Amino acid sequence: MDTQNKIAVSFRGVTKTFGSVYANRDVTMEIHKGEILSLLGENGSGKTTLMNMLSGIYCPDAGEIYLDGKQVTIRSPQDAHALGIGMIHQHFKLVDVFTAAENVLLGVKGREILNVAEATEKINTICRTYGFEIDPSMKVYDMTVSQKQTLEIVKALYRGANILILDEPTAVLTPQETDKLFSVLREMRKDGKTVIIITHKLHEVLAVSDRVAILRKGEYVDTVETATANEQILTELMVGQKVELNIERPAPENPVLRLQVEHLTVKGHEGETVLEDVSFDAYGGEILGIAGISGCGQKELLESIAGLQHVEAGSKVLYDAPDGTKEDLIGKDPKKIKELGVALSFVPEDRLGMGLVGGMGMVGNMQLRNYTMRKSILAEIKHSKELAEQIREELGVVTPSLNTPVRRLSGGNVQKVLVGREIASAPAVLMTAYAVRGLDIGASYTIYHLLNKQKAKGVAVIFVGEDLDVLVALCDRIMVLCDGKVNGIVDGRTATKEEIGYLMTNLKTEGGESNG
Amino acid sequence: MIENLIPWLQQGFKFAAFLALAALGELLIEKSGSLNLGTPGTMCVGAATGFISVYRYVAAVEEPNAFVLIVLALGVSFLSAMLMGALYSFFTVTLRINQNVIGLIITIFGVGLAKFLSDYFVKSTSGNVRCDEAHRVFTAKIPFLSEELGVVSKVLFNYGFMFYLSIALAVVVALFLNRTRTGLNLRAVGENPATADAAGISVTRYRYLAACIGSGLVGLAGIFCTMEFKSGAWAVADIDSIEAFGWLAVALVIFALWKPMNLLWGSLVFSICYWAYMYLPKMLGINVPTDLAQMLPYVITILVLIVTNLRKNRESQGPAALGQSYFREER
Repeated sequence: MDTQNKIAVSFRGVTKTFGSVYANRDVTMEIHKGEILSLLGENGSGKTTLMNMLSGIYCPDAGEIYLDGKQVTIRSPQDAHALGIGMIHQHFKLVDVFTAAENVLLGVKGREILNVAEATEKINTICRTYGFEIDPSMKVYDMTVSQKQTLEIVKALYRGANILILDEPTAVLTPQETDKLFSVLREMRKDGKTVIIITHKLHEVLAVSDRVAILRKGEYVDTVETATANEQILTELMVGQKVELNIERPAPENPVLRLQVEHLTVKGHEGETVLEDVSFDAYGGEILGIAGISGCGQKELLESIAGLQHVEAGSKVLYDAPDGTKEDLIGKDPKKIKELGVALSFVPEDRLGMGLVGGMGMVGNMQLRNYTMRKSILAEIKHSKELAEQIREELGVVTPSLNTPVRRLSGGNVQKVLVGREIASAPAVLMTAYAVRGLDIGASYTIYHLLNKQKAKGVAVIFVGEDLDVLVALCDRIMVLCDGKVNGIVDGRTATKEEIGYLMTNLKTEGGESNG
Repeated sequence: MIENLIPWLQQGFKFAAFLALAALGELLIEKSGSLNLGTPGTMCVGAATGFISVYRYVAAVEEPNAFVLIVLALGVSFLSAMLMGALYSFFTVTLRINQNVIGLIITIFGVGLAKFLSDYFVKSTSGNVRCDEAHRVFTAKIPFLSEELGVVSKVLFNYGFMFYLSIALAVVVALFLNRTRTGLNLRAVGENPATADAAGISVTRYRYLAACIGSGLVGLAGIFCTMEFKSGAWAVADIDSIEAFGWLAVALVIFALWKPMNLLWGSLVFSICYWAYMYLPKMLGINVPTDLAQMLPYVITILVLIVTNLRKNRESQGPAALGQSYFREER
């Protein structure tokens, strides 16, 4: 077989931007026929965006995509189906009240009268060929996550997919289910299908794939044969060279214990474990970084402390108030936590969703926090106005007026309003999640500076971040989450990006050894 | 006793069929994920336009043809109501304005339009606005069945063709939703538009078509109500009662748990309750306040909602995306 016929997909100079941010820049790479290719990269490295262009969700801004040597334009998921490309997204696209067979039949052209028996037969054939186990008459709402995923794969195959893209397929699976998935993927490879899995779990990459393509910050880095790769090589390619950031990091001044999280366990909507037995301490006067692949429980961790998350029995969040009292925050609602004198500020990752009301101006958003200040039926305005003015001046928020709806402000300004308001309540613990996501360099530094000022004041700052360069430059200690478990707490001054990247992607086993 | 029960059942069956037809239209719309509160207004428009056209036709020709009359009445009602559905879709699907707001506007607009048209129309006639010709055609009974079977004839075969058409349509819609590809796609649009979209189903097209055809059925229910239930007479004041029936149809869809076949018996329950105040005094000597009896359908709908929600049965919930505009996910 000559090389021309071996290539299933090739990207040539593919670029995609969202606003001024490059999600993919000049990506040129090839995917072979009948291989399992892992697409590896950190958060925001553009893996999913690249594959979304192949499956018709996005259109590239520049560059070409070739399929079997022919240039193609994929404008919609239907175009992708027609070209034999099927993508299984992280969020399943299934109708809950339909049976498996009905979901498979959805949108498929054919005779008007449904022939469920025929479809069932075809589904069973697909299942027998590749070793799936699925009951076509089962309702989706009765299915486990793993069964839903299987159904998505069957759906793609029913539509004649030859190229199958799986976005983080193992994120929601148990190890046994993962093994089963991998054996199915191998069966599909045997049948000549091309499989692309988007992942950041190194041991899975090594276990299942033939080749690994690595993306970093939207750009294509390299493709290596899995046989010649190991975890060190892959981690280095994934995180790249250390970038020097001039973020100041004063030494913590007499840190005091503020927050003790013990055995925190949280279960997700599907009953899967999101956080498992997480224990750590946070000290006033230091910045505790939290690193991890996105969706490893960071959000749930912060929400549990803020009283927004249902936690499993046995979880404890002990808060040592500056006045010496000790409180367990579990079981208290956010308002109660505040009433008890527990000063806890929370900057959610979704700035406009949970942090601020987009349609309100700065003053209105301040009022949201101050509404209990005045004990009359009239709303408190004066203080909120002063606070808004103060934040505008101190943090340099650029806004036409204090009453301009905040959703019209730029991302950096929105973030300043939110962080400014949270800081204004003089918290003892300040939690931020992805505080600089989408911000330009200048705005990011303003935020780092703000956090450092809080640290100097003796506030315990918890900083959930995604950029490893920032984490190792800003934080005093860094806790690494992997699969909802604490996979290590490292010193921010001595830790390397490779070390953290390795901890993020390789869960240690019970004995403390990495299982790779 | 029995001699009083039969008129009650007759009234009940007749009203139930009309209600079921209106609710069937609403159900079809809701299955696509659009909660159309414009149904009462749509029904008024259908009834007014249909009646006026037929009246004009009968007045204009020497010997009105029964077939032409039926086609005219049904056609005009269907099309005018369909336009209301198209208007609703334009605002809710194309412009993505809140469905409840637009639905209520459609009802207010529809009732107003119907009143305006009929006021103008009633003033242009001699005053006695009856269309006996049309009433006769619409209430023509099936020859043998309606006479020879005693009580069965009286209760089940005492009605015009619209009664049987309504039942047939409910069966057709049930088969359409559960047995056809288009029906499956339509349900998917109402349950999970994002999934439907990803599967290549045009959410916009399905919602437009469902709203237009569903509204058309609601319009047919309007003319059915006028010709059979209101005995072919027309007065501006009737529009208010048609509007009230429209709300009853909206409640019936919920009571029937969005299943077409449930509409058939559900409408009967509604209608027996709704008219109890007229027949109970004669039958059992119990006096029931009118308003209390007419409230009953709503009370039992609320009870059904409570019970189904407590049971947490996924099958008896409304379409999951009901009331939500669909935006294709963009970053």
